[in-house]
Amino acid sequence: MDKRKTCNIDPQVNWKNISPGGAITQSGSADLFKTGDWRTMIPVFKEDKCKQCLLCVPVCPDSSIPVVNKKRLDFDYDHCKGCGICAKACPFGAIDFIKDEKQEG
Amino acid sequence: MGIRDRLSGNEAIANAMKQINPDVMPAFPITPSTEIPQYFSQFVANGEVDTEFVTVESEHSAMSACIGSEAAGARTVTATSSAGLALMHEVLYVAASSRLPITLACVNRALTGPININADHGDSMGARDSGWIQIYSENNQEAYDNFIQAFRIGEHPDVQLPVMVCQDGFITSHGVENIELIETEKVKNFVGDYCPENYMLNPNETIAHGPYDSPVYYMEHKRQQLEAMKNAKEVILSVGKEFGEMSGRFYDFFEAYKLEDAEVAIVVLNSTAGTAKDVVDAMREEGKKVGLLKLRIFRPFPGEEIAQALKNVKAVAVMDRHEGFSTIGGPVFSEVRTVLYDLPNPPKTISYVYGLGGRDVRTIHIESIYNELLAVKDGKDQGEAYRYLGVRE
Repeated sequence: MDKRKTCNIDPQVNWKNISPGGAITQSGSADLFKTGDWRTMIPVFKEDKCKQCLLCVPVCPDSSIPVVNKKRLDFDYDHCKGCGICAKACPFGAIDFIKDEKQEG
Repeated sequence: MGIRDRLSGNEAIANAMKQINPDVMPAFPITPSTEIPQYFSQFVANGEVDTEFVTVESEHSAMSACIGSEAAGARTVTATSSAGLALMHEVLYVAASSRLPITLACVNRALTGPININADHGDSMGARDSGWIQIYSENNQEAYDNFIQAFRIGEHPDVQLPVMVCQDGFITSHGVENIELIETEKVKNFVGDYCPENYMLNPNETIAHGPYDSPVYYMEHKRQQLEAMKNAKEVILSVGKEFGEMSGRFYDFFEAYKLEDAEVAIVVLNSTAGTAKDVVDAMREEGKKVGLLKLRIFRPFPGEEIAQALKNVKAVAVMDRHEGFSTIGGPVFSEVRTVLYDLPNPPKTISYVYGLGGRDVRTIHIESIYNELLAVKDGKDQGEAYRYLGVRE
């Protein structure tokens, strides 16, 4: 019965194949849990104003500001819950924090 | 041949634990199960076992420690009673849903209130929906035998569920009886090593236990847990048979005592079954066709098998040592009556709530039930189907 080896985090998985006891045998699986649709407000990245100081990155509770080659990229909207802490932390006005109209539709 | 001894029910359980030598035992003392961790901690102090004995500050912590330990890959046992089991209540569900085969010795005692320390099934009946397998024991021998079998049942790959082995507080937990212990080597071979496929102390695999289960997954997990409980039935039978081949004492879902040709029957669990057998023997000598169904496995509930065993009787009394306040009868009664409903000619059924808070149950009480059932069989109006036995009116 033990299918934990093939632990399958998939919303379509049936009861026969779901991981017994909910145990998860893979790392980094939080990436598969999309929390972006919880958002009512959305941060908007204004690249032209950004000095790449990276003060926003460590304050994000959801690790939703990807950094590549020491430069931040646009937000990971699959996981950003729209808390707005990054916008408060930005000294250069490079992050707008506005109503997430798309989420309401 | 086994080892003849004289032990109380608590000593019997502690001795089974000693022979099994589990990896971890977190426990907190509570009457009447206190002696189990007390005896066992002596075995630990004497170096007779290598078990890690974890002293905790409450039963909630005891069961939480059991969960962590079993998830780590360690065979884990504990013991409790009454309010102790109630304090574990929240985490009993975590143990079961996490599919951790912890083994718990439950010494049945009334739940407060009013405050009371005596035999009553309110504690384990309160945990009946927690997802634990529940095995009930008539006497010290059965408590010992059931405890040894519990590991094989719970740890089976098709089951992976925690098991509680119940016995009546004081009546069997403190009553010293003759007992036949099995040689330790045989017990160890029967129980075997605990080898879970996935465990947290495995350095070659990452594993997370107990993650949040959103609505997308929760129901699938519950359905899968139900399947494990269903699977337990076959495992319980095969383990009971194998145990019999080793010890000469065979176990089934229940013991059908002189039930084959019985016209009326009582269904009861734990120590009162012993009293009832005496009554059955005496009434049989008078030519009265009375029988007994001593329920051993309450979770999973062996419904079809009970219905088959009772299909030919005309009247059944189901005895509950617990008041569930449903106002339609005790919990064992409700489930037995449910499975009888589908029979073509179901027997008349009467619920007797008895022995609450340690109230004595004597042969004359049991005899009065059989006489009532015989009268109903002979056409007397059944009357009130929900009754109290031995209460002052």
